[in-house]
Amino acid sequence: MPSVMVRRSDEGKLLFYVAKKDLEEVITAVEVDTAEEWGGEVTLGDGEKFFIEPISPPPTFPTTLRFKRVE
Amino acid sequence: MAALTREETQNLIQEVLAVYPEKAKKDRAKHLMVNDQSVDVAKKCITSNRKSLPGVMTIRGCAYAGSRGVCWGPIKDMIHISHGPVGCGMYSTMGRRHYANGTTGSDIFTTINVTSDFQEKDIVFGGDKKLKAIIDELETLFPLAKGYTIQSECPIGLIGDDIESVAKVKGAEIEKTIVPVRCEGFRGVSQSLGHHIANDTIRDWVLPTREGKDDGFEKTPYDVNILADYNIGGDIWPSRMLLEEIGLRVIAQVPGDGTLAEMEKSIHAKLNLLHCYRSMNYVSRHMEEKFGIPWMEYNLFGPTKIEASLRAIAERFDDKIKEGVEKTLAKYKPQWEAVVEKYRPRLEGKKVMLYVGGLRPRHIIGAYEDLGMEVVGTGYEFAHNDDYDRTIKEMGDATLIYDDVTAYELDEFVKKIKPDLIGSGIKEKYQFQKMGFPFRQMHSWDYSGPYHGYDGFAIFARDMDMTLNNPCWKEMKAPWLRPLATEVQAA
Repeated sequence: MPSVMVRRSDEGKLLFYVAKKDLEEVITAVEVDTAEEWGGEVTLGDGEKFFIEPISPPPTFPTTLRFKRVE
Repeated sequence: MAALTREETQNLIQEVLAVYPEKAKKDRAKHLMVNDQSVDVAKKCITSNRKSLPGVMTIRGCAYAGSRGVCWGPIKDMIHISHGPVGCGMYSTMGRRHYANGTTGSDIFTTINVTSDFQEKDIVFGGDKKLKAIIDELETLFPLAKGYTIQSECPIGLIGDDIESVAKVKGAEIEKTIVPVRCEGFRGVSQSLGHHIANDTIRDWVLPTREGKDDGFEKTPYDVNILADYNIGGDIWPSRMLLEEIGLRVIAQVPGDGTLAEMEKSIHAKLNLLHCYRSMNYVSRHMEEKFGIPWMEYNLFGPTKIEASLRAIAERFDDKIKEGVEKTLAKYKPQWEAVVEKYRPRLEGKKVMLYVGGLRPRHIIGAYEDLGMEVVGTGYEFAHNDDYDRTIKEMGDATLIYDDVTAYELDEFVKKIKPDLIGSGIKEKYQFQKMGFPFRQMHSWDYSGPYHGYDGFAIFARDMDMTLNNPCWKEMKAPWLRPLATEVQAA
């Protein structure tokens, strides 16, 4: 359950940053991304997948959230 | 010597690794790569931020060095107590040449080494009492100090002293900021974790002090912080001058020539300008999340990078700053053109190998290129993957990149690549000079500097020329390697 900081890059893409893992990747796909909810399965640029229960209302970025690794 | 091809570089790596035992070879191979600009993600080709291989010489420092020496050391109006045995503090005080304006003992304390000088009895009975006594003593000696940091050395973590409680109790008693930093040297694989720990203590003990309070600070839309510029040889001063010239207001320099009050009010800025990404990205990220202050990296080494950086900074502001940037660029153009005109013919086409800490291996490439020089090999002591991501684009194709390179490997690479100039630290300096290679100490600018900004570029160019074209290098052959005839003739 890594603690992840999600922020927007200069190009407006969402970045997924795990300080402990030294991981900074672009988020390429988010399962649920609507006006009411944000979350579900999140896919990173390198193919890794993480999961978070959809949050309602959607969080404002940057923010720190706890994700689960999807095997 | 012509630049190596990809295959040649690959062979060179294999050749150098050949002497290692199988296991060591496998480990070290992951830390060496031939640059390929088409790669986006460095972690596919290079491993970094791993424990150094035992038995080979590494140039890394420890977490204490990262916190006491790098992140906290330059904060000038606080006293940094090296809590533990006497040596660590001695070797981390001002060797780095982080300059500060002021008078020692009244408004700056960076030149003073304060240590609790642990003895056997402190290890056995704990050092908290001693720490309290030290703070009382310092209060008497230096009543003008604005605060204290307690920089733990290894034994503090081993014996489990509660420096946090001492900091809280004494801080309330003397009404000053006391920051306990758990930066014991054994933590992590290099000084990099020390930076992170120091950043976390800034987050926890300094930034909240003015949060949500009205401190009477008058904001302007042009307030920026300079983060992670350590004022080595005075670097931050030309940087600050440039930023002020384009119309920005620098409200905090953290930590180079910086003060505690500046750090506290840094939360009011509109933008964080981050120089050394490696050492202070953590606190930048925190400030973005907590205070909504965006951050950006910038680079003031060499005119090309200065131009790009200032324009990128201006993009974040209105037309006033954009005009300011164009005016400033035009103003300094004749100045740097004269520098390039003078030194470029003397330095054109020379090859450079770098091996520095966590930022300069990629940041100073631009300055060398402005002088017509080429960086053929670069490497970091303690960088992470994200640093290599940024480096790949800066370096030419098929150049050599090495992570936490061992003394043996660097020696061999230099012997084979035969660069015209090497830029690295004090531990490599004399070894390469004795081998007859021109060498600049790129951690503390070889007792020169500043190298930032346009003023710094002139000094940089002069220094590189002075070293590279020095006639002494030909004379560096060891006496027993000289042809016998000349010896006889001389006799």
